[in-house]
Amino acid sequence: MAQSSHILICRGTACVSSESREVQNELETQIKRRGLEDQVRVVHTGCFGFCARGPVMVVLPQGTLYCEVRVEDAGEIVERHILGGEIVERLLYRDPKTERIAEKMKDIDFFGKQVRIALRNCGRINPDDIDEYIAMDGYKALGTVLTQHTPEEVINIIKKSGLRGRGGGGFPTGLKWELTRKSPGDVKYVICNADEGDPGAFMDRSILEGDPHSVLEAMAIAGYAIGAGQGFIYVRAEYAIAVDRLTTAIKQAREKGLLGNRLFETGFEFDIDLRLGAGAFVCGEETALITSIEGNRGEPRPRPPFPAQAGLWGRPTLINNVETLANVPVIILKGPEWFAGFGTEKSKGTKVFSIAGKIGNTGLIEVPMGITLKQIIYDIGGGIPEGKEFKAAQTGGPSGGCIPSDLIDISIEYDTLLEAGSMMGSGGLIILDENDCMVDISKFYLEFTCDESCGKCTPCRVGTKRMLEILERITEGKGRAEDLDVLRELGHGIKETSLCGLGQSAPNPVLSTLRYFEDEYKAHVIDKVCPAGVCKKLSRIRIIPEECKACGACARVCPAGAIKGKPREIHEIDPEKCIKCGECIEKCCFKAIKR
Amino acid sequence: MCQCASDAEPKTKEAVELDKVLAKYAGKKGALIPVLQAAQDIYGYLPAEVLKEISAQLKIPLSKIYGVVTFYAQFHLNPRGRNIIRVCLGTACHVRGGAKISEAVTKAVGIKDGETTEDLRYTFESVACLGACGLAPVMMVNDDTHGRLTPDIVADLLERYK
Repeated sequence: MAQSSHILICRGTACVSSESREVQNELETQIKRRGLEDQVRVVHTGCFGFCARGPVMVVLPQGTLYCEVRVEDAGEIVERHILGGEIVERLLYRDPKTERIAEKMKDIDFFGKQVRIALRNCGRINPDDIDEYIAMDGYKALGTVLTQHTPEEVINIIKKSGLRGRGGGGFPTGLKWELTRKSPGDVKYVICNADEGDPGAFMDRSILEGDPHSVLEAMAIAGYAIGAGQGFIYVRAEYAIAVDRLTTAIKQAREKGLLGNRLFETGFEFDIDLRLGAGAFVCGEETALITSIEGNRGEPRPRPPFPAQAGLWGRPTLINNVETLANVPVIILKGPEWFAGFGTEKSKGTKVFSIAGKIGNTGLIEVPMGITLKQIIYDIGGGIPEGKEFKAAQTGGPSGGCIPSDLIDISIEYDTLLEAGSMMGSGGLIILDENDCMVDISKFYLEFTCDESCGKCTPCRVGTKRMLEILERITEGKGRAEDLDVLRELGHGIKETSLCGLGQSAPNPVLSTLRYFEDEYKAHVIDKVCPAGVCKKLSRIRIIPEECKACGACARVCPAGAIKGKPREIHEIDPEKCIKCGECIEKCCFKAIKR
Repeated sequence: MCQCASDAEPKTKEAVELDKVLAKYAGKKGALIPVLQAAQDIYGYLPAEVLKEISAQLKIPLSKIYGVVTFYAQFHLNPRGRNIIRVCLGTACHVRGGAKISEAVTKAVGIKDGETTEDLRYTFESVACLGACGLAPVMMVNDDTHGRLTPDIVADLLERYK
């Protein structure tokens, strides 16, 4: 009997930690109990992107999307939806603003405004089953390329599509392929850079978890185009689920003859091995990554020579990032003109962003290049929670910068972001609201890069440390008048003289916040005040008299004995005694204490 | 029959496992890091004798191995706790109060970031991003990800890990 119903349940990292595995088991038990296992199949998939509402699942053929499904909901879904044919309304998505209930993905703004190319199969197929990928035209592009195109033609297709590297720099992908092809040498390598280390970015992880075969297929295509027989995927060891799925995918592809010798009955051979990153952010930089695969400390080296000329073990090497590769098979199948139809003149196609921070719908989205920041935040992201004011968007992680609220209409493209002092980066997008301190944010990123600096070149090793010391001083109320100029000078010096991309971009978060939020820095340095109330030593904690119910809870919890007040008498904080620990804020049930 | 082999100490289970790993990677280029990763999986950390053994087998100077081990955050030269607590201090968690979770962990188990309890029950470390930003603030205990945390539930949660 044909299966009449499918339940697709997300088993990406975020949903797994909200127990989607347990929900799946319970669904299967409930289905079996009713003898329906021939008619209903539960399929685990990669990330839907709707991480904030996980675990997420879709019931086919109706396409009903259920959010925040608990184990105890499984029985009701089987009983009422599968057997009874009615929708379990309480599990549907409810728009927090309009209170409108949406049944299908396309009815939800979060999904309706997206264009999913790199994420085309995420949330739609079982990533552990190569047949499901093949059913979605998987490996068809590889077959077409091997049997109908010369390597030069493949490179031309990619060049024509206008695809640029999605890992940070935005280098034209087709050109990179061409340079590697033209480099002399009989042994060449393809490397997939899956060492996604930016805090707040999880695009590559979701692709690897949801659609690992698209990356394998693209690597084989790239191997054919440049003349390589061996590929490596350098993936973070912390990405346990992604590593498992890749391991399974490589094994299945070898069994099907889609990796190995004589692919598609041609003379072309290609195989892929995994290399696990050992926890060093700098290894996302291509030359450091290569040194790490060679078994050394992952320190970068000067370029030129570029990896395209002399990379892994001195051989010409092509390095592409996960998202870049995930676009390749579709470009081959649907044509470069189709791909170039999305996006803008200089930034073609789509970009995947992970949106997080102070935003309603945290998660993973894919949008056409050229969309505005405002559309992402309000139309897709659902706006800023708790009625707070949007302050800035941080793009590009520790290498990028902040886009302030008056540039909210900026078109998201490689070049516009660079002009605004930020960068596309790999696609982390952190939304900040009025309660976030920009000095604190830039200190946060600098702590990160300072910690992750490999120490090989002086500007990065020593320079970031000096910048961090100044920022620490500023946030502690010991800032000096000349500090802002010194930060700028140091920042530009480090950018110009560092060896690799890590150092060359490390000052960006500081420089961009100095550019747009200089007043906030000055408030810290001159007035000794943190306007957002984040920097503890520069904030004052006060009780709002109108809200205070004089319950005495704050006075009891204060470790410094700084709160005065008797029963039925409005309480007060003695600023001299207050150590700004914030215990009273946590304790107050009436939200009457504020920084 | 020669009995001399029986005088030697029998190899530990771990040493036998390590031999298998070394045999698998013998003569392969770039083997050092995968071997160290496998060795750490076997022993839980990288004891000095193990590094010496790897050095001898792979014919790589111990000094170079030490350089590699201390470069990467993943490798540990000291024994680790049975339960590894990883508190995420990535950007999304930072703006949603990750530091308070970190304080709550210290309060609950009495150790700071980077330390291990004396009874080897817990090791506490902070990490830059676990990639589960939708659930911020997040921490991982062993392989379990716990999201949408508040400081008051941390102690009870950790108590479950013996």
